[in-house]
Amino acid sequence: MKPIIRVDNLTHTYGQDTPFCRSAVDGVSLEIMEGEFLGIIGHTGSGKSTLIQHLNGLLRPTSGTVYLGDRDIWADPKKIREVRFQVGLVFQYPEYQLFEETVYKDIAFGPKNMGLSEQEIDRRVRDAAAFVGLDEGLLDKSPFELSGGQKRRVAIAGVIAMEPKVLILDEPSAGLDPAGRRSLLENIRAYHRERGTTVVMVSHSMDEVAENVDRIIVLADAGVVMSGTPHQVFSRAEELVAVGLNVPQVTRVAMELRRRGVAIDPAVYTVAELRRALSALKGGTAVC
Amino acid sequence: MLKDITLGQFFPGTSLAHRLDPRSKIIITVVYIVGLFCAESFVSYGLMAALLVTGVKVSGVAPKALVKGLKPVLFIICFTAVLNLFYTPGEILAQFWVFKITKEGIFTAFFMALRISMLIMGTFLLTYTTSPIALTDGLESLLGPLKKMKVPVHELSMMMSIALRFIPTLIEETDKIMSAQKARGADFESGSLLDRAKALVPILVPLFISAFRRADELAVAMECRCYHGGEGRTKLHVLRYHARDYLVMGAYAAILASVLTLAHFGL
Repeated sequence: MKPIIRVDNLTHTYGQDTPFCRSAVDGVSLEIMEGEFLGIIGHTGSGKSTLIQHLNGLLRPTSGTVYLGDRDIWADPKKIREVRFQVGLVFQYPEYQLFEETVYKDIAFGPKNMGLSEQEIDRRVRDAAAFVGLDEGLLDKSPFELSGGQKRRVAIAGVIAMEPKVLILDEPSAGLDPAGRRSLLENIRAYHRERGTTVVMVSHSMDEVAENVDRIIVLADAGVVMSGTPHQVFSRAEELVAVGLNVPQVTRVAMELRRRGVAIDPAVYTVAELRRALSALKGGTAVC
Repeated sequence: MLKDITLGQFFPGTSLAHRLDPRSKIIITVVYIVGLFCAESFVSYGLMAALLVTGVKVSGVAPKALVKGLKPVLFIICFTAVLNLFYTPGEILAQFWVFKITKEGIFTAFFMALRISMLIMGTFLLTYTTSPIALTDGLESLLGPLKKMKVPVHELSMMMSIALRFIPTLIEETDKIMSAQKARGADFESGSLLDRAKALVPILVPLFISAFRRADELAVAMECRCYHGGEGRTKLHVLRYHARDYLVMGAYAAILASVLTLAHFGL
């Protein structure tokens, strides 16, 4: 796999020359591989949101470079819009950015800005709506008549419709009920599976990240503290707790068992894995 | 672009300028402005400038931040200076076509520019060292006597503090919405005037919706805490003048008096 986005020694300082001067991202280097499902986790204020806004050129680094493919995205500032079409960014609570009269028009806003033909826009809008699980019947409704969860889906579809090479979602499930959360994440997983595009999900919920991603990057205090497969990251559960993050509930159970003297792999992070680990302890018989 | 707006920004601190009663600071600022408009000579301008510099020094506000506040009005300052430069009658120094530069013109232009910049820096010093809440509290208290004339002073000051309170929130919100629309390829910087005006729709619609939503939420929250207007409402932090307030106000009064006296003698 080769990296599609490479971040080199990125620093971003807010409010330079004022008493509020603060580095939200400090000397971060990371790589996002083509086709992977990457999770970025960190507690509030760890610099997650600032970091991802650099990936599509919404923020310009105070120092450091962001490469898309092998090009520095700020090599030609006039072409920064092209970067935004290739790296789709869904903000936190994206439903607050809806503005059009109909759902259809709102989803079409991105593709329209790309200057695509009517037919192509139509295809993309319908495809994107299907990916996020919106009924065709909703397309002609006003986005303001929809429920919160549906609005969220419309906003995500608005970015998916640009068919970006990389899709970045900032806390896509924040504020949704458990059922809505599960089904939205299922939609995103399906999108990743079927399209094969790179997906980056930012979250502070360990459970959510653990169940979905191939690789995790952990941010704390404006820098990267850990990076690896969920298994690698959760095997360092104590360190995660030390930087103020939770570990998945299943991992917590395993950690506790281990503390009480059960020789179980502490890095399990899904229910299925825990079951397997426990049955291995019992000598191969299934537990129910 | 949006982050350059410093209107009503407050830099917390513990200097004498921060600890003064907001009412004294408002009075001082008004007195200072009156003094600026009465000043007519190098000596009186010198006094006013010295006052400003002392104020800045005492407050510990970075002079850079004050100068930055001048940026938005730079055009107006230059415009008035240039107008005064060419249109003040008097002893002609240079002349070309219909333009005449007079000695008096140079002086007036210079003083005008100085007056406006000092006026703005002076008022910025007030907002930099006084939190919006303290500011409206002070105003409410100063305007108190108007209540007798049925002026809804409390309601006005409540509206003002809510408006001030929401300026940063709305700016942040605008920033967020702009970023989100930019992420979908919205372009606010190029195209004709009409194109640019149209490009604002994706910002304004969500902004208005969220402003109304916030207003609703705030009203409910206030209602829940039994807000019912100014009648019988007491304050947690009651404003009280201290010795320092009388001292500083006395000093300002003395300086203003000397400026007025100087002006009277044409100095």
